Amino acid sequence: MPEPETTSSSTACANPSQRAQVVLERESLQTLFDALVGRGYKLLGPTFREGAIVYDELTSTADLPAGWTDEQDGGKYRLKKRDDEALFGYVVGPHSWKKFLFPPSVRLWQAERRGNTFQIEAEQHESTKMAFFGVRSCELHALAIQDKVFASGTYVDPLYKARRDRVFIVAVNCGQAGGTCFCVSMNRGPKATSGFDLALTEILDDGRHYFVVETGTEASCQVLAELPHRPADEREREAAEKAVARAAGQMGRRMDTIGIKELLYANYEHPRWDNVAGRCLTCANCTMVCPTCFCSTVEDVTDLKGEHAERWRRWDSCFTTDFSYIHGGSVRSTSRARYRQWMTHKLATWIDQFGTSGCVGCGRCITWCPVGIDITEEVRAIRETDVSAISRKEIGNGNTRAHSG
Amino acid sequence: MQDEYLQLLAGCASNVRFEAGQFVLREGEEAHEFFLIRHGKVALEVFAPERGSITIQTLGEGEVLGWSWLVPPYRWRFDARAIELTRAIALDGKCLREKSEKDCCLGYELLKRFSQVMVEHLQATRFQLLNVYDAH
Amino acid sequence: MLPHPYRVQRVRRETPDTFTLALEPESGRRELAFAPGQFNMLYAFGVGEVPISISGDPAKPAVLVHTTREVGTVTRAMRKLKPLDSLGVRGPFGTRWPVTPARGADVVIVAGGIGLAPLRPALYQILAARKHYGKVVLLYGTRTPADILFRRELQQWHSRFDLEVHVTVDRAMSNWRGNVGVVTSLVARAPFDPYSTLAMVCGPEIMMRFTVQELERRNVAVENIYLSMERNMKCAVGWCGHCQFGPTFICKDGPVFRYDRIQALLAIREI
Repeated sequence: MPEPETTSSSTACANPSQRAQVVLERESLQTLFDALVGRGYKLLGPTFREGAIVYDELTSTADLPAGWTDEQDGGKYRLKKRDDEALFGYVVGPHSWKKFLFPPSVRLWQAERRGNTFQIEAEQHESTKMAFFGVRSCELHALAIQDKVFASGTYVDPLYKARRDRVFIVAVNCGQAGGTCFCVSMNRGPKATSGFDLALTEILDDGRHYFVVETGTEASCQVLAELPHRPADEREREAAEKAVARAAGQMGRRMDTIGIKELLYANYEHPRWDNVAGRCLTCANCTMVCPTCFCSTVEDVTDLKGEHAERWRRWDSCFTTDFSYIHGGSVRSTSRARYRQWMTHKLATWIDQFGTSGCVGCGRCITWCPVGIDITEEVRAIRETDVSAISRKEIGNGNTRAHSG
Repeated sequence: MQDEYLQLLAGCASNVRFEAGQFVLREGEEAHEFFLIRHGKVALEVFAPERGSITIQTLGEGEVLGWSWLVPPYRWRFDARAIELTRAIALDGKCLREKSEKDCCLGYELLKRFSQVMVEHLQATRFQLLNVYDAH
Repeated sequence: MLPHPYRVQRVRRETPDTFTLALEPESGRRELAFAPGQFNMLYAFGVGEVPISISGDPAKPAVLVHTTREVGTVTRAMRKLKPLDSLGVRGPFGTRWPVTPARGADVVIVAGGIGLAPLRPALYQILAARKHYGKVVLLYGTRTPADILFRRELQQWHSRFDLEVHVTVDRAMSNWRGNVGVVTSLVARAPFDPYSTLAMVCGPEIMMRFTVQELERRNVAVENIYLSMERNMKCAVGWCGHCQFGPTFICKDGPVFRYDRIQALLAIREI
């Protein structure tokens, strides 16, 4: 644990990399809001809507779902009243932060006919500064994963980058786990370790309600300087540690990730795929709620006169029948093939493509699947009857030789 | 193949020549010989009244024409016509058939070679059936 | 990632369902340099965008040539274009045929149907540097004689002494005096040294798999065989996710692949 700064509040963290830990009282949380708004940020965070906790614009701390928790299981999501007024006493809902950086529907460009030719006008991406308020550790990892897809390599998505560069992140360390959470076994939480500006751990203890705040960046130190705070004492730091440890101990699910890439590469013909195909409705809920799924499609539209055209990008899902369509038919016409594609991509081929797993253990796909398909259970089932000993194939980064026997 | 069989085959062989356009064999006729094409090109054809004559395969230098002599009912299943001047070695299949009845080893040697030819044709035909170039 | 308008010079019908577009950049625009095997995303105003292989000569980038089948709304709209109309072009994308690595060896090019179009730029480059290669063989198969692409050019190539061209069709009427038979049947007797050969294969996936079988039968090493794969594509830059083929993105890891790297994937159905 980094040593707390023992300086006065005017120099909250002389060295941001040392991760100062300070205490912010509950009643002072609004000042954090105000400081961010004062810097031109639009505040986005969890709020109660239509029986779920979603991510939307926040006008004040009053918009946070105080005193609510969620009960999650396969195909089940219910909100329940807590017996305290915790502001972050729940985990993740159907929304993820990707909706702000990789919007579900966005215009890419417009074009006008000019005689025989046409002129294209690229979309100017507004430079709204967004503050993500209440980002969980799994979601920080999901952001990093999507950064690899959209903002690194030869092609960088200008919209994603324009927004991402301006995001201020207030992370929240989970004090409890959800029924479908498995961030621990994915090594993605519950403690936020990087990728945030500020990280809050909420403590309700002995009549007190406060946050232990950790700084992550230079920018966050400057913000913190405007808020009434003091260094966290040992008891408070321990309380924060205990809260996170409690969450880590409550995980609803577990994924065994040892050799998972090789396992899935060797089991493309495992009978379990037929089994899950019998349950999967290919409704695409999992891809919509997954914080790392990034598939999209483009739609070219034109006005009635044919003078004005636009290209839009929309979220897409590998579960649709058309997703893999090429002249005359779809490559993945069966639901078996489509479920297999999603799961092997998420847990195996993603590693070869981007260097990490695509899964952060948030459990959304389990909660929001109408028939409760559980990705951790599917992996377990395949592992238990791994048929790869019969015919092992190696499919990997530049190495796809088939062996037999 | 053993020398004595080679001698036997040579004994059953003769040189033949087909002018361009000449039929080598006709559908339905008795199949009593087969050919090793030395030079030229032969088309296997099928005639459909409303479509005319359809070429299903062409065979050229070094290829074997005809295996119907080896399997009942020993009748050609298609026409074969020389597309250009073709020289070939004709082998007396009927005679070889009769000798194979007495000498199974000869029969086996011939069947080993011809089954390969038939399998190649079968595989190629199946590929043709797939219509891979069609827009589906 | 915006399409740039290119002016149509010419639209030529090649076969009943295939046509070639010759494009030139509109004023002020640089010529598009590309490598054999690469493709562009072509945009028909207001209709849509599709990936089409570049089928022209990389040494003559002043005219950008694409050959495609008419298979859907966008290609149908493209076929109706007239000279001086505009078409949006984004690219080039993808990996290239191993034309330079093949130097010093024999080259066998096996094309099926429209597959000759993405291979033609490779052949142009090889012929332009002919002395660097051993035997060069082109094996080309289509459904019927009416479907033969680039006929005049094929005849010219056929008459060269330093290039072996064998064309075959799946079926024909009896007035066809060429070969009839599947293109794979041409591999067995094609004059190349299998131990010192690079093979480039393009066509329907089944045709490519069967051709590879024949090449392997002749002992061509799996590391010396290259295929061009195809999948649904929307963005061509690795974001939309549509073109995934196992761990590969056809738009950036392909479309040209060394066979041994995708050998296991080709054996898996619906991957």
